[in-house]
Amino acid sequence: EIAVAEFHKKIKEAFEVFDHESNNTVDVREIGTIIRSLGCCPSEGELHDLIAEIEEEEPTGYIRFEKFLPVMTEILLERRYRPIPEDVLLRAFEVLDTAKHGFLTKDELIKYMTEEGEPFSQEEMEEMLSAAIDPESNSINYKDYISMMVIDEN
Amino acid sequence: MGCNTSSTRIKNSQTSLRAVLIIQNWYRGYKARLKARQQYALTIFQSIEYADEQDQIQLCNFFSFMLENYTHIRKEEIELSQLTESKQDMRDKQDYIHLIDVPDSYQGPRLQFPLTCADIDLLLEAFKGKQILHARYVLEVLFETQKLLKQMPNFTQIQTSPSKEVTVCGDLHGKLDDLFLIFYKNGLPSGSNPYVFNGDFVDRGRNSIEVLMILCVSFLVYPNDLHLNRGNHEDYMMNLRYGFTKEILHKYKVHGKKILQTLEELYTWLPIGTIIDNEILVVHGGISETTDLNLLHRVERNKMKSVLMPPKEINKDCNNDSKPSKVGVTISAHGRIKASGCPSEHLPKHEWEQVVDILWSDPRGKKGCFPNTGRGGGCYFGPDITSKILNKFQLKMIIRSHECKPEGYEICHGGKVVTIFSASNYYEEDSNRGAYVKLCSGANPRFFQYQVTDATCFQPLHQRVSTMENSAIKILRERMISRKTDLIHAFQHQDRRKSGKLPVSQWAFCMESILGLHLPWRSLSSNLATIDENGNIEYMSSFRNIHIEKPIKEANSALVEILYRYRSDLEIIFNAIDTDHSGLISMEEFRTMWKLFSSHYNLHIDDSQVNKIANIMDLNRDGSIDFTEFLKAFYVVHKYEAMIKPEATNLGT
Repeated sequence: EIAVAEFHKKIKEAFEVFDHESNNTVDVREIGTIIRSLGCCPSEGELHDLIAEIEEEEPTGYIRFEKFLPVMTEILLERRYRPIPEDVLLRAFEVLDTAKHGFLTKDELIKYMTEEGEPFSQEEMEEMLSAAIDPESNSINYKDYISMMVIDEN
Repeated sequence: MGCNTSSTRIKNSQTSLRAVLIIQNWYRGYKARLKARQQYALTIFQSIEYADEQDQIQLCNFFSFMLENYTHIRKEEIELSQLTESKQDMRDKQDYIHLIDVPDSYQGPRLQFPLTCADIDLLLEAFKGKQILHARYVLEVLFETQKLLKQMPNFTQIQTSPSKEVTVCGDLHGKLDDLFLIFYKNGLPSGSNPYVFNGDFVDRGRNSIEVLMILCVSFLVYPNDLHLNRGNHEDYMMNLRYGFTKEILHKYKVHGKKILQTLEELYTWLPIGTIIDNEILVVHGGISETTDLNLLHRVERNKMKSVLMPPKEINKDCNNDSKPSKVGVTISAHGRIKASGCPSEHLPKHEWEQVVDILWSDPRGKKGCFPNTGRGGGCYFGPDITSKILNKFQLKMIIRSHECKPEGYEICHGGKVVTIFSASNYYEEDSNRGAYVKLCSGANPRFFQYQVTDATCFQPLHQRVSTMENSAIKILRERMISRKTDLIHAFQHQDRRKSGKLPVSQWAFCMESILGLHLPWRSLSSNLATIDENGNIEYMSSFRNIHIEKPIKEANSALVEILYRYRSDLEIIFNAIDTDHSGLISMEEFRTMWKLFSSHYNLHIDDSQVNKIANIMDLNRDGSIDFTEFLKAFYVVHKYEAMIKPEATNLGT
């Protein structure tokens, strides 16, 4: 009802910002950004599956709004792919910080992020390092880092 | 023991895997939101830019309106003067130039005519050293350039070969650093390194005259290998609003007016476009479904004074012009607009429209051809239109500029339309890259990107995005404050229960309809207003920490708001009236102008209020108003920041 109508408008707004030719399509490489800008946090694997669902039968490299809208609406209605709360994120860093120093070294971070889980690309790694690493100590004080990111987002 | 450690190891590694996944997932979400914020900021910049262009077009409609209504006003009220084009003028100009003395104390570059590539180097070095070229040389260069341009056809024909590729550059908008970077990466123009500069050399950036000088001098040295196309900003009316006029008058206090006059005419002689290898059309904006290249080859392009001053219908009588000065409708501007309608002075309407389409249109994905409502001029053309026109004239591709693209270039319409934009960081630091394209017959176009770097580029991504976002939001809030009364009216109309709050969708609806900007309001709402626990918008919160500084206490807010909102337009109009360019206009002129203005724009402002302001502004009681001071007096104060004067914002000029 009203909630769905509101979701539709919200989704349309987020989609249109990336619809550069104003023809109700976006480049498939922007879909992840759009979905995440709407507050959802699918993993890379989940994103991959979603794209397969909304792509054309014969992939064109573009996603049409008509296909995107129903899938995205459902995601929002079901509150799927909820974002990570701050405290869970902090604990994740603490788990990796086996020596309980309060920080991770640059090399440790690189090793974890590029070799495990859904590995970062080089670009992603460099970007994270540029903001996270204190150049003097060559390490990341993750608690400060998280606080800074949270402030920036709000 | 062995079992325990291995199962602990497995458990540990599973935990650490989960932790890694959590961090990666969070980071990707964060990065995506940054990217989205960046895109929102770009969308804001672009929407406001196009809305400004619409305002400009509306202003030109106002000028037409003024022209039509002047005959009803007593002729003595406004000083009119006239300048007719004639051979006499050319000689006058030449004499004028030679009368200008370049003093020995002048430290800047001295050009030697006829120019050689040594002069190009000289200029580049001088401008890198932030020197200003003496007015004498500026005028001489412009004069010679115009002489040469007159000999060029409307469309320059170029042929490429494997040893002679041509480089096409897009909008530069006075950004000297970008031009330096292009020449650094791609080499200076020469007989073996031809260039096409596809319009919009000036306005917005701080070094429009320097960019123009380098291009003109290069053209004079290599007239067959340096090609200039006219853009929509090669237009004296656009320059009035978008900063070039100001730049000239600031840098050349004595001869600025003469330079502007010369420029105005030079623009009209710039070719409309270039055709490469008989298959690639290079024009600044685009095409429309009625684009007729055969016609465009034939038009007298120099009769296109300002793309924004449409010719009157031919049947309106032009007898008024037979007598000079006081009769009819000549307004003096830096370039003397005359009453349109005399066929000999201006293009016929259908030809004028053809040129506007070339200079103002934008490609879009939707099929068909539609009026370009974003800019107010030219049209939106779809892929079917592109195919149709390309086929009709046996061409393969259109290269155009006119639109800022994040990557500096963009390909659309199935590869048939390329946008090339050469001013990096156009809206704000890091907003976009610049690009140029190299073409050679038989080979695919090759694109080269660049970005002028600054200390800011070494900042981490989130800081750069923040900077850009703050800049965009600030401009947006200034737009809001300039329409505060209308906005509040709309909000209150929706807010039946007078709660001071509105649901997001209603707030978004009001914002879009009053501001006339199509933006992602829901996503931007948190940046523009306070939102309560239920997700409703407290609409008055937007106006809290920002207000327009009132020059006089007695002025009421609605008036202040209107004067702020139209300050660009008013400035242009005042400039147009100010015949001797003294920076002053008389009270009578001001009153008359105001009457016309408010009538045309449907403003319900008490005339007496405006008179009161004007009277107070007449500080030395001599019946004249320094309008620059008058307009400067209206600026927006952001409470928690240093005062922002209109010139300081990127899009304010």
